[in-house]
Amino acid sequence: MKKYTYTESKDTRSGFGAGLVEAGRKNKDVVALCADLVGSLKMGDFIKEFPERFVQVGIAEANMMGIAAGMTIGGKIPFTGTFANFSTGRVYDQIRQSIAYSDKNVKICASHAGLTLGEDGATHQILEDIGMMKMLPGMTVINPCDYNQTKAATMAIAEYEGPVYLRFGRPVIPVFTPADQEFVIGKAWMVNEGTDVSIFATGHLVWEAIKAGEKLAEMGISAEIINIHTIKPLDAEAVLKSVAKTGCVVSAEEHNRLGGLGDSIAQLLAQNTPLPMEYVAVNDSFGESGTPEQLMKKYGLDDAHIVAAVQKVLERKKALAK
Amino acid sequence: MQTEEKETLQLEELEQVAKQVRRDIVRMVHGCQSGHPGGSLGCTDFLVALYFKVMTHSPEFNMNGEGEDLFFLSNGHISPVWYSVLARAGYFDVSELKTFRKLDSRLQGHPTTHEELPGVRIASGSLGQGLSVAIGAALTKKLNNDPGLVFTLHGDGELQEGQIWEAALFAPHNKVDNLISTIDVNGQQIDGPTNKVLDLGNLRAKWEAFGWDVMEMNGNDLGNVIQTLELAKAKAYKGKPIMILMQTNMGHGVDFMMGSHKWHGVAPNDEQLSLALGQLTSNMQDY
Repeated sequence: MKKYTYTESKDTRSGFGAGLVEAGRKNKDVVALCADLVGSLKMGDFIKEFPERFVQVGIAEANMMGIAAGMTIGGKIPFTGTFANFSTGRVYDQIRQSIAYSDKNVKICASHAGLTLGEDGATHQILEDIGMMKMLPGMTVINPCDYNQTKAATMAIAEYEGPVYLRFGRPVIPVFTPADQEFVIGKAWMVNEGTDVSIFATGHLVWEAIKAGEKLAEMGISAEIINIHTIKPLDAEAVLKSVAKTGCVVSAEEHNRLGGLGDSIAQLLAQNTPLPMEYVAVNDSFGESGTPEQLMKKYGLDDAHIVAAVQKVLERKKALAK
Repeated sequence: MQTEEKETLQLEELEQVAKQVRRDIVRMVHGCQSGHPGGSLGCTDFLVALYFKVMTHSPEFNMNGEGEDLFFLSNGHISPVWYSVLARAGYFDVSELKTFRKLDSRLQGHPTTHEELPGVRIASGSLGQGLSVAIGAALTKKLNNDPGLVFTLHGDGELQEGQIWEAALFAPHNKVDNLISTIDVNGQQIDGPTNKVLDLGNLRAKWEAFGWDVMEMNGNDLGNVIQTLELAKAKAYKGKPIMILMQTNMGHGVDFMMGSHKWHGVAPNDEQLSLALGQLTSNMQDY
């Protein structure tokens, strides 16, 4: 089992900020738009370096999505920045008609996704965004797991032609993936190989899965942990290859259990090889105020809940074998 | 004198194009027994003026439209008039107009880029989005040092959408002065007259208060439309976005369709079609 250590912790939104500057340096057509959340989205460095390529739209997210769509006409690559809630639910029809249906090369970059936004509470903690965005035909949906992966993903989507939803978060978390990694859209990342159970995790839940994997190893359970950073298109080959070996599945995401990564995997399994599966996700509810750690625990998203889900799915696997 | 005669002649030719476009509209809507004839007939003169006189554009369509003027139809339901004008201007063969709203057609009920119809740069139909998109395209033109202008058309009922006012606030603040927008003020919407459904109040005062350079024109007087649009072009790049309030008659050109919201989204039957075509004679060929 590979041991993951880290020497520093950073927020994934800072990875976005750093990646945006790099993407801007690499391609003069990269432009950025923000709806009055420059500090939160860490767009300051981009604005400093490319002031003429930044558009402040004010608190008007619908207008921002339309402007971004329009800016692609003439070859710009717009990156929009606001909280995940205001990047999706608030502007769903604008994204649907002007970006997705119109096949515009807009990168919708969404910070403060999920419960870990923390104290602001449920009005700002969106847990439905992955579902909404993955239902749009042609939309790519990415939820990276740490600073380095978010930075790499930000640079990668600038090179990709087509609409993308990039989801990241607010809290400071361990940086455990390699710096200057190559990010391949739609290609799952093998965190740890194992034989007893497949854990497919995305976003902040990847680190929780790694911690859970260590606890499971102490219990004599060999968990295969795979980071699904791209929820759509799903790396079906990686998922099916893993479950052929392990025979049971746990999905882990900071999202409503309805419509997220778990459902994408369940659909794939249903069509190919139905197997016992457990979800680590928010059980169809809104969030509330609290610290990220408190919320992750209360809503069942921490390493302890992943361990419990693995134990449960292993029981089911055992029962089936009888 | 010579240029004046030439202008008059050209106006007569454009009147013939407008007549033919109106014939196309009524026939298209009749052909599929659905669609929106009222607003289409009302905005015919405007679109003919844009595509046959005012805009610099090429029917050899490319999405980015570098060096060209761009047009965005925000009230996408008046697609029949736009499709007819695009076809008559050479973007695609006029015979394709007969596929309007039918299965496997590029001429969808509301305009879309999805079927790659030449001339269309964004999907529209869900209202209120086109002004934002046009502002984005205008910003890109400025970043690219492209002198082309961006034109838009909106319905008056569409102004009830909140996104319009987000865009209305943005454009003057950011000096988007390569943008010439037009509102089709026909005073009608699906559920009745706009002043009954949700009164828009004093539109000139509203847009001026937001910081736009506001003009007015008679949208069913082709000469006045051309003159006003040329004047608007001369006002571009002077620090303000331009908004033209265009008075039109819904259903203009077909007497029984005029002035009522009842023909917003209703197709004529066979009898009504021949009655309408009898009022719309042109020296051009039907598709």
